[in-house]
Amino acid sequence: MSGTPPAALEQPETMHLADYRDAKALRQVATRDGFGEGLVEAGRRDARVVAVCADLAESTRMQAFRDTFPDRFIEIGVQEQLLAAMSAGLALAGKIPFIASYAMFCPGRAWEQVRTNICLNQANVKIAGAHAGVSVGPDGATHQAIEDIAILRPIPNITIVVPCDARQTKLATQAVARTPSPAYVRFGREKSPVVTTDDTPFELGRAQLFRDGHDVAIIACGILVFNALVAADELARSDGLDCLVLNNHTVKPMDAAAVEGVARRCGAVVTVEEHEVHGGMGSRVAEILAERYPVPIEFVGVQNRFGQSGTPAELLDAYGMAPPSICDAARRVVARKP
Amino acid sequence: MLAPFMHIAHCMEMPSHDKLIELQERANTIRRDIIEMLVEAGSGHSAGPLDMADVFTAMYFHILRHDPQRPMWDERDRLILSNGHICPVRYAAMAEAGYFPKAELARLRRFGSPLQGHPERTRLPALETTSGPLGAGLAQAAGMAYVAKMDNRNWRVYCIVSDAEEQCGLHWEAVQFAAKFGLDHLTCIVDRNGIQIDGSTEDVMPLEPLRPKYDAFNWQTFECDGNDMAAIIETVARAQTVQHRPSVIIAHTLAGKGVEFMEGDYHWHGKPPTAQQAVEALRELRTLGGRIEAGT
Repeated sequence: MSGTPPAALEQPETMHLADYRDAKALRQVATRDGFGEGLVEAGRRDARVVAVCADLAESTRMQAFRDTFPDRFIEIGVQEQLLAAMSAGLALAGKIPFIASYAMFCPGRAWEQVRTNICLNQANVKIAGAHAGVSVGPDGATHQAIEDIAILRPIPNITIVVPCDARQTKLATQAVARTPSPAYVRFGREKSPVVTTDDTPFELGRAQLFRDGHDVAIIACGILVFNALVAADELARSDGLDCLVLNNHTVKPMDAAAVEGVARRCGAVVTVEEHEVHGGMGSRVAEILAERYPVPIEFVGVQNRFGQSGTPAELLDAYGMAPPSICDAARRVVARKP
Repeated sequence: MLAPFMHIAHCMEMPSHDKLIELQERANTIRRDIIEMLVEAGSGHSAGPLDMADVFTAMYFHILRHDPQRPMWDERDRLILSNGHICPVRYAAMAEAGYFPKAELARLRRFGSPLQGHPERTRLPALETTSGPLGAGLAQAAGMAYVAKMDNRNWRVYCIVSDAEEQCGLHWEAVQFAAKFGLDHLTCIVDRNGIQIDGSTEDVMPLEPLRPKYDAFNWQTFECDGNDMAAIIETVARAQTVQHRPSVIIAHTLAGKGVEFMEGDYHWHGKPPTAQQAVEALRELRTLGGRIEAGT
């Protein structure tokens, strides 16, 4: 079986990743910067794209769109429910609105407007959730969205994407602009390693095999994909464990065939996300595997807690999402293999 | 800066005496349809649909530029119903106007029906949007009006809201937004019937002084008798001439208008008549119809 990737997945070599083992060579760029660039590109490609901003042009990186397309930029102030509801109106009148705030406030504060005015209404609105996860850092728990995926996942008609780095966030932003349905793109505040390159493909709904292996399948999304890769290397060195890493960037609709494939290949799964473990990406993985191919699973993420102030690195470590915690989860899951 | 709305095609004619009589008769027909729909459905709201029958008649039969044969005609005026629970009046007016056969009205609130208990755009696209959760309609209407202004379009957006939904924060977010961008394509019509589920609006959560609130938010404000056909049309015509600002019409209506045992009683906000009550209501509306015809 070794040497053959799971069905429907390409060989890791075709992913053309950067050399993530060379920490010095790795570029560090915030995923929100990728959103800002992707939004401008989407605006260039399609004149129907407009950007709606709730007083966070700089920190959501919408300011580049504002400066490039001032006539298509709408500043509405601190009104997140309006952000979602009014933008449904823009979409129903033919525009492709991108709306951005901190994920805590949209979809957080605007959940019912997102659900009814956008998703039930099938209004073509793109929601950009900035400052997601505890890696927001010093701002503390009030501004660290770790529940946003859980509140969006049950809503029909919405695509949910959690890209792994700045470059992929740019591609995801462009991709959702081309897809005529509601979508959520989630990204973070801090600089994080850019593990993909200009040659790395991206397709909504198609998970990516970033590292092959046969002992444990680490299924990750967002900036923690990098930590998963680091942990896999460490496990190979220290434990002789051969871990697979799947970049599961599209949380909804999830690539169920890929999830099943890696579970069959490894017989054990660790999910890794910068989100509450209840209701997040890992929960969806568990639902898929419970139906298709039950295997032991360990969940890396925030464990029924709120965040707090600290540096991003401190917080990822303290909340159990740094590479050592991923390694521990892999060891636990291996021990549970029948 | 968005350009002001030029009102090219908005010299709305005032109705003749005969046209007014015809509109009043249509409103009466729509009220009868509402009673029949509600009793058939066995659930739904009575007071609001009845008191807004005159406004919806004025809209579909005199004010709106629309084409029932081409519901998605790009140049149509948009009518947003924010307080979706009064949808029986919209459905009845749309059927009367020819959007779909009247027989469909009997399927209100039925499984698989395009006439959902609260309006759903994806099941009946001519509705413009999905509504029911209060406070969100004006925001969506304002988004559409923004597009009309941004793209220099000629269509207008009318948004009908209940009075109680002005207790919602989101509604006032939209009020601020529309004022900031001077959305003169937008007219909001408030069904000021004074009731909500738990009682009178002023007991539950006072709205007054209401008009000065809109004045303070830089809207152009109007008031009229929302059950007086001529007054409704005349006031909308004045609102159409407003430039650089959104406009609001506070339409004073009598809850349950046309059915005496419902009039002004908040208990009729959210329930349908029984079969016996419906017979009585229809008899009353037929008598009213006779009076309209006789011009008294």
